[in-house]
Amino acid sequence: MSNSLSTKTPERPTPALDTSTVLRAEATGRTGAARILLGRDAIMIYALLAFILYACLFIPRFASPVTIGFLGLDVIPVLLIAMPMTLIIITGEIDLSVASIVGLTSATMGVLWDAGMPIETVLVVSLLVGIVAGAFNGFLVAVVGLPSLAVTIGTLALFRGLALVVIGDNAVADFPPALTTFFTSKLGATGIPTIMIGVVIVAVVFGVLLHLTPFGRGLYALGFSKEAATFVGVKVARAKFWLYVGSGTVSALAGIYWTLRYSSARSDNASGLELTVIAAVLLGGVSIFGGKGSIPGVIAGVLLIGTINFALRLGRISDVILIIVTGTLLIISVVAPSIFSAVSRWRHNRRIRRSLPQASASGPPTPPHPA
Amino acid sequence: MTATPTRPADAPPSAGPTPAARLATVLRLRELPVTIALIALVTVTYLANPLFLSSQGVKDLLLNSTIVIILAVGQALVIITRNVDLSVGSILGLVAFSTGTLFATVPGIPIVVVLLAGMALGALLGAINGLLVTVAKVPALVITLGTLYIYRGLNNAWAGGTQYFAGDRPDAFGALSVDTVAGFPLITLIALLVVAVVAIYMVGTRPGRDLYAIGSDPDAAKLFGIPVARRVFLAFLTNGVLAGIAGVLYASRFNSVGATTGTGLELDVVAAAVVGGVAIFGGSGTVVGAALGAILLTTITSALTALRVDKFWQQAIVGVLILAAIIIDRIAAVRTAKKLRLSEARDV
Repeated sequence: MSNSLSTKTPERPTPALDTSTVLRAEATGRTGAARILLGRDAIMIYALLAFILYACLFIPRFASPVTIGFLGLDVIPVLLIAMPMTLIIITGEIDLSVASIVGLTSATMGVLWDAGMPIETVLVVSLLVGIVAGAFNGFLVAVVGLPSLAVTIGTLALFRGLALVVIGDNAVADFPPALTTFFTSKLGATGIPTIMIGVVIVAVVFGVLLHLTPFGRGLYALGFSKEAATFVGVKVARAKFWLYVGSGTVSALAGIYWTLRYSSARSDNASGLELTVIAAVLLGGVSIFGGKGSIPGVIAGVLLIGTINFALRLGRISDVILIIVTGTLLIISVVAPSIFSAVSRWRHNRRIRRSLPQASASGPPTPPHPA
Repeated sequence: MTATPTRPADAPPSAGPTPAARLATVLRLRELPVTIALIALVTVTYLANPLFLSSQGVKDLLLNSTIVIILAVGQALVIITRNVDLSVGSILGLVAFSTGTLFATVPGIPIVVVLLAGMALGALLGAINGLLVTVAKVPALVITLGTLYIYRGLNNAWAGGTQYFAGDRPDAFGALSVDTVAGFPLITLIALLVVAVVAIYMVGTRPGRDLYAIGSDPDAAKLFGIPVARRVFLAFLTNGVLAGIAGVLYASRFNSVGATTGTGLELDVVAAAVVGGVAIFGGSGTVVGAALGAILLTTITSALTALRVDKFWQQAIVGVLILAAIIIDRIAAVRTAKKLRLSEARDV
């Protein structure tokens, strides 16, 4: 019984041949267009489109350029940070310190601008702060080899603490008006925020990096098995290090955006955002175990949460429901695949049992028990 | 192939471990770094500012750490099984608010009943976490992140703008965190009792030891015949009960409870457990260590104030401590692995 499951050689003339055909039919997944149109990402995108359609039809004032504008401005920080976070979670690691890097960047901007530095220098130094913060995470995780969950809980406190040290409980608000209006400006009459162009570029860069380069394929291998990835030539430590640097860099960009969009540099900017980002990434189909997920799915996940959020607010439903919806969506998105796989395994087993009634009913002949 | 000779000379003398061996055992304790850090912190602060250890000072230190101690003990149980519970802050918030509601709506309700109700609510919320984790076989990090939002949302929906203040609660309940026995506030004594009970359970009972086995290697634990799902469920349930106790005590200790009570507490609690030597990947650490970690993290705040250090440094120092704890843990693990390799090489 057990060896008939493992064998797949079609030469065997015994009932095992029967099993092997059944098994091979099962093992063949969807291919071509069906794979793309029925995959996890596609379902996420359908859900997003269905919700947008629903909102346009039934929620007053939803279908307007104003919606696109505010929705866009609101989701940008999460969308940005979700890109490197996707890659990091695909490798089986995590980065909880992203929101603290946003806060640290914001605080740095505030202090430097207050000290009278030119805005170009301020932006460059703030970006550098994010890169260094990311490199610090990367060093501890990739080079020293510490668990990323613990390390980034530590740096979550550390970076937020440094933000407090830098700016205290002050807030700096007098950023150049030309810059802050640019960050909230829209592309003509479409309502799309101008800054969205930059976000799209970041998303394309990470999408291409993950899906179309050997480095990106290596990340999936890394998420499945670190040892196997090492053997096929993925430079594990180097890949992880640069992912954390990337995460720090993008978090710094999000910090600069956050500061200029609200034109306020405070130490507590974006606190708690890390959990929102991770929730969105997991909702977008990335497996927390690593090895599974895609950029299009994550973008759909982020936009779905953002759109539901905005629609609920337009419908004058309080944030309370939103929090519950976010949590429920997250749990459903991870529990549903396990239920599906349990059901399909059950159906698979049942089909095998039907095609092999004699093997299933009697099993292998029991050897005489030694007295 | 020669038969392995018995080596009576190498066997430890029956009189017990030598003083050197005993010292080595103490030096290997995972709670040692956090204990030394705590003693050093308290000593330095006391030398700089003797008021720090006045009876009022000690009482404040104990009161501040009580809630986090209880939560860290529960979290340690969960982390030891290689899971994590991020929803504790939300559970605490819900229970604290329901405590306020009970006192306000049922006048004259006995405190014990309120405590039991809080534990029951905590147990229910913890059981939901445990069921989702064990039945759906989805990582606890994701599930409890989801329930963090859901429980907080329920708390928001229930409380709205309502807050209950100390005046809404009977004086005897508030007195729990004012009255002292031998210098210890009553709620701290409850916390110490919790630590003692859970510590004995973890050291001396079979289910307690099972939790370590599960955290070290879930598959091996399963092969060994340990009911993994049931034990993990138990850990989440216990953590829920403890978060419930912490929630009730929170209502006694602090003036107001409302929709946002306990927000953001989860990472402090995980940090306390990690600083106290509970390995984030399960299988090692003790609840006593977690409790010491909680005391250390809460004492730093008061110590910095007493030392007149800029209060803004406090969180950065907490971050450094967490990183130090992980690095120390790593060094210890590397040394143990090396020692094991050497001793195995000798035995071949």
